[in-house]
Amino acid sequence: MAELTLATLAAQAFTGLVLGMILVLLAIGLSLIFGLMTVVNFAHGSLYMLGAYLGFFLIGYTKSFWLALVVAPLLVGALGFGIERFLVRPLYGRSIDDPLLLTFGLSLVMVETVRLIWGKIGLTLDPPRELAGAVNLGFTYFPLYRLFVIGVTVVVLVALFVFLEKTNVGLIIRAGSRDPLMVKALGFDLGRVWLLVFGIGTALAGLAGILAGPMRGVYAEMGVTIIIESFVVVVVGGMGSLVGAIVAGIAIGEVVSLTTLFAPKFAEIMVFIVMALVLLVRPSGLFGESGLME
Amino acid sequence: MRSWIATHPVVAFLVVFAIFPYLVPYKALATQVLIYGLFALGFNLLYGYTGLLSFGHAAYWGLGAYGTGIALAKLKVGSLWLGLAAGLGLAAAGGAVIGFFCLRRRGIYFAMLTLAFAQLLYFVGFHLADWTGGDDGLRGITLPPLALPGVTIPLDTSLAFYYFALALVATAVAALKRILDSPFGAVLQAIRENSERASACGYDTSRVKLLSFVFSALFAGLAGSLDALRLNVVPIESLYWTTSGQVVIMTLLGGAGTFFGPFVGAATFLVLEDRLAVFTESWPLVVGAIFMAFVLFLPKGIWGTLLARLGP
Repeated sequence: MAELTLATLAAQAFTGLVLGMILVLLAIGLSLIFGLMTVVNFAHGSLYMLGAYLGFFLIGYTKSFWLALVVAPLLVGALGFGIERFLVRPLYGRSIDDPLLLTFGLSLVMVETVRLIWGKIGLTLDPPRELAGAVNLGFTYFPLYRLFVIGVTVVVLVALFVFLEKTNVGLIIRAGSRDPLMVKALGFDLGRVWLLVFGIGTALAGLAGILAGPMRGVYAEMGVTIIIESFVVVVVGGMGSLVGAIVAGIAIGEVVSLTTLFAPKFAEIMVFIVMALVLLVRPSGLFGESGLME
Repeated sequence: MRSWIATHPVVAFLVVFAIFPYLVPYKALATQVLIYGLFALGFNLLYGYTGLLSFGHAAYWGLGAYGTGIALAKLKVGSLWLGLAAGLGLAAAGGAVIGFFCLRRRGIYFAMLTLAFAQLLYFVGFHLADWTGGDDGLRGITLPPLALPGVTIPLDTSLAFYYFALALVATAVAALKRILDSPFGAVLQAIRENSERASACGYDTSRVKLLSFVFSALFAGLAGSLDALRLNVVPIESLYWTTSGQVVIMTLLGGAGTFFGPFVGAATFLVLEDRLAVFTESWPLVVGAIFMAFVLFLPKGIWGTLLARLGP
């Protein structure tokens, strides 16, 4: 193990923050979708994976990372529209487990389809030339691309916050997650709101995928581990709470990253120990049982 | 005929499975159906009868397999019964601890938590390579002969092992029948229909759910334990989420909440896998698509739909 200095510790904490950002993007999508339609989207990890693969394809096709960064999440979001409209919608009104089961089947189909198209071997996704190299943060050098990931996530989160808090559509979404029946009675078409929110949530997963690609590699199973970690984030933060997803996402990212530094073997295990502790102390999660935005 | 089967499911089960090895293309498939059917039976107790969807049943299957495997390969206990007991003990203990944590959250959290705890065990199994063999799997399990009072029967032929497994699985089927027919079983199904109401009727629903969880883990553990004896090896994938997914698919294909659905589903899944794997490596794609179609259009599964068609 390298000598433990404050600088290595800080660098590792920064790495944890980057992983945390990816988890936040995934957990917020899961949480939004769950908050509004009580659907747990098991395919969220596969959509994350698809985002990375589409990113790879689009970069090869258009030679532009920036274009891919915008288009890949939009394509994943469009697929999300289709999933909600044709697969999840027939299940509303049935058991709360049914959408979870369906999206589980969907994730199997997606992983195998991606293997058929792009092969079983993982791909590498290079960060754009403009973001290659490292920056001096004063105490340590840190890859520029990772700083960019943090920046993008912050911008997206702020935009999402403004959208939900300041726009009329956002108001309907928040109201719909509180009392869908009342919103319907007031004459709003909740079906379109569901479609929109499912699309936003899945697009965020796609964005997380293309952002994570250059750091974590692109392979068909990449969504599996991260979806389980995102579930942990949602459990720790409290389902339906966006603030919870942010706090817990960053916390879990740090737990993984810092445990890797001290005891690499325990990194994966620590996540679940933290989850068990939260369950013991606060079963509803850190920010659970409050409204969508509180 | 039909009502006789409904009242004597264990006898019906024994009759069908006594001749089952002669109905399938090869004997190994019959043993697999038996063992995976038992696994699905355990899952079905929790999901089909108690209404709790576990996405982490690999944990108890794996604990059963590793318990038996470690007892025989590492501790060299040399007795079939002790090996089985080790697997069952580990699975029940795991079920009690994980069940306690997962049942702290209701509804949809439950599925996510069971999945997370199973993944935790997978990583533990992965890193405890001294005991579990880690990534290579646990090897060197020797199958001891079956020691009964007065006789010792070697289980070295696949048919001998099949009938040994059948005896144990039939015992488990009888135990499940007994559980479902008991007042406890009635409370389970009351919880599935309406948990709040069951608790308002004065039943300690959290205790009943935990007990159901532990029973379910025991069945899954016995299945895992038998699989370790069948294969003489415990692959690390036993604890992986794919194993949890398999049992979900099997049970739903067959029909959750029906008595024989799990065996029908296990047979369907294994035959599908067996046939499809010949044509394409992408067989999970086909299985996944069929599973989705079942969730959308045939939520009662094959057996459940058949029963509904035949009428009461």
